[in-house]
Amino acid sequence: MAYSKFGLFVPCYVNALYPEAGVATWRLLEYLGAGAEYPAGQTCCGQPMANAGFEREAEPLLRQFDRLFALYDFIITPSASCAAFVKEHLDGMNGRLYEICEYLHDVAKVETLPGKFPHKVSIHNSCHGVRKLHLSSASEQMEPRYSKLKKLLSMVEGIEVAEPACVDECCGFGGMFSIEEPAVSVCMGQDKLKNHLATGAEYITGADSSCLMHLQGIARREKMPARFIHISQILAAGL
Amino acid sequence: MNARHAEAAARFIQNKAQEEWHNETLFLVREKRDRQAASLPEWEQLRQLASQIKMHTITHLDNYLEQFADRAEANGAIVHWAKDAHEHNEIIYALLRERQVEKLVKSKSMLTEECRLNPYLISKGIEVVESDLGERILQLMNKPPSHIVMPAIHLKRQEVGKLFEEKLQTEKGNSDPAYLAHAARLHLRNEFLTAGAALTGANFGVAATGDVVVCTNEGNADMGASFPKLHIVSMGIEKVTPDYKTLSVFIRLLARSATGQPATAYTSHYRKPRKGCEMHIVLVDNGRSDIIGHADHIQTLKCIRCAACMNTCPVYRRSGGYSYTCFIPGPIGVNLGMLKSPGEYSGNVSACSLCYSCNNVCPAKIDLADQIYKWRQQLDSLGKADRTKKLLSGGLRYLFARPALYNTALRLAPIINKTPRFLIYNNLNAWGKGRELPVFAKESFAHMWKKGKIKQHP
Ligand code: SF4
Repeated sequence: MAYSKFGLFVPCYVNALYPEAGVATWRLLEYLGAGAEYPAGQTCCGQPMANAGFEREAEPLLRQFDRLFALYDFIITPSASCAAFVKEHLDGMNGRLYEICEYLHDVAKVETLPGKFPHKVSIHNSCHGVRKLHLSSASEQMEPRYSKLKKLLSMVEGIEVAEPACVDECCGFGGMFSIEEPAVSVCMGQDKLKNHLATGAEYITGADSSCLMHLQGIARREKMPARFIHISQILAAGL
Repeated sequence: MNARHAEAAARFIQNKAQEEWHNETLFLVREKRDRQAASLPEWEQLRQLASQIKMHTITHLDNYLEQFADRAEANGAIVHWAKDAHEHNEIIYALLRERQVEKLVKSKSMLTEECRLNPYLISKGIEVVESDLGERILQLMNKPPSHIVMPAIHLKRQEVGKLFEEKLQTEKGNSDPAYLAHAARLHLRNEFLTAGAALTGANFGVAATGDVVVCTNEGNADMGASFPKLHIVSMGIEKVTPDYKTLSVFIRLLARSATGQPATAYTSHYRKPRKGCEMHIVLVDNGRSDIIGHADHIQTLKCIRCAACMNTCPVYRRSGGYSYTCFIPGPIGVNLGMLKSPGEYSGNVSACSLCYSCNNVCPAKIDLADQIYKWRQQLDSLGKADRTKKLLSGGLRYLFARPALYNTALRLAPIINKTPRFLIYNNLNAWGKGRELPVFAKESFAHMWKKGKIKQHP
């Protein structure tokens, strides 16, 4: 295969709040021999505005995204919902833009990972990861059950992987839904947290830091003993 | 009135015990649906077929409706055409008045809710008796349904027990479901025997045969259709299906999707009037033909009113049917409300976290969440956008379109981590209701990259 250029897309809130997920993603690509660049000037793909009903505010950001990544063969990101949004709204992203787990599983087809993570984790199956990117089978859909996240995590030594009851129910983040419907949003998050904690897991992990951020906010408010980590950080353990 | 769903939902959630019970009860129904769906290897194919049949029928509606009406009349029924709710109500009232009917017994029909038939008839002096148990309970309480299949799902049996003590003189403190159901049955039997006419809804109308098909679990539609001399069917024009073969696809999907049963206890076909009796079918448009021309929203016409989208909706389960202002709640209701009157119903559009679960359960594969997304894009031009969201969206775009400014802002952001709590967690901050703000990283990814800290990694 000819030399491919990899661009790392670090969504706005990952950049500001969870840069370690960006770093882990970069290291995973490095480990695979795909040295990724981080095009300077990237901010946000526009998803929060569009989901709130302001697609026109998102458009200049999508164009900015398109420009920044125009020269890259692959665009990799540690956020399932941003990947899904950009794919739906920009042409030419299929086969080019991947959420990191999707890339590892579908394109790089990794079979082993070098790291250790001797902890029990509960997988947070985020809505857009499940129902748009198909990172795992959706509980509503009658298809053979699979989970790319589970498969990848199980390559890490010492890990124990669990899933919550109501396995892919929404956590209630939903971008601006969380501030327009705060009561329902928080209620959904509390239920989700309860289900995660009932597994006995030490960490809650997933492909969308935005959901984890919402759950973390509730856990901290209610002083619940929950720890959160983006899946890329577990997969990159030891790198 | 354009009440906001968010506020009504917050009130519902205040009663935490009720919210939890409502949520769990409906999720159990969702899980029953999952088990039934999983028992049919061809489930996803059936959904695909259902979707295609509905699209085909809706886009050839004139043909199939004509065929249906011709067959029904050839069978001996009389067909009426109502362009809107008012005509529907007038037609029914005229039928009753001409025959001096004083009491009408009804089985479940969301269309008559849509047309507000009951208050209309009552205002004309007709006694209207709902015969579906849940509907009857609500009628005695003077409340609308909160769910389209299980209309009184929000009530606990103790509440029903109390109501029956008062209205049906049942034993004090007895809320045993079997006892209450029996009491209701005795009471309703008398209503069936003394009613001058019966009204049923229609789940399907078969064009090839003129059959009206009604699916119930209580057999109350059959009781109604079997006693009084006049049987009126109230049917939306989108309920027509070409033939038995296509009908079978829907029958296999409906009860499994709705209540997780393989079939409803009764699937009744009404084809012609009983000897010496009359059967009238009122076909109602009431805005449906306008939706056909609405490319973004035509799919709502595929709905078979199974309520699976409600049972799966994490927002509906935690906010209850009454938190929506449209007479049909949940994902399909959000969309139908907007099609009816955006001015009146836009307050429901926030009731969606865009999780897309509804799209996946809908037996007719309606793109419910995508449609809600599309409605959101229109709220601003309708002057109905949430002001906070609008401000935020505009402000964020301004910032995000200026990477240099954005990066400077981010360098300053960790200051928020140290801001006094009372400045952050006040009433202006909806996030702070129930959640702590996330903590900004000491250094953003962009900054680390620029400083070469990431590539330096050994
Ligand atoms: S939209 Fe689909 S899931 Fe919802 S009630 Fe209609 S048919 Fe059922």
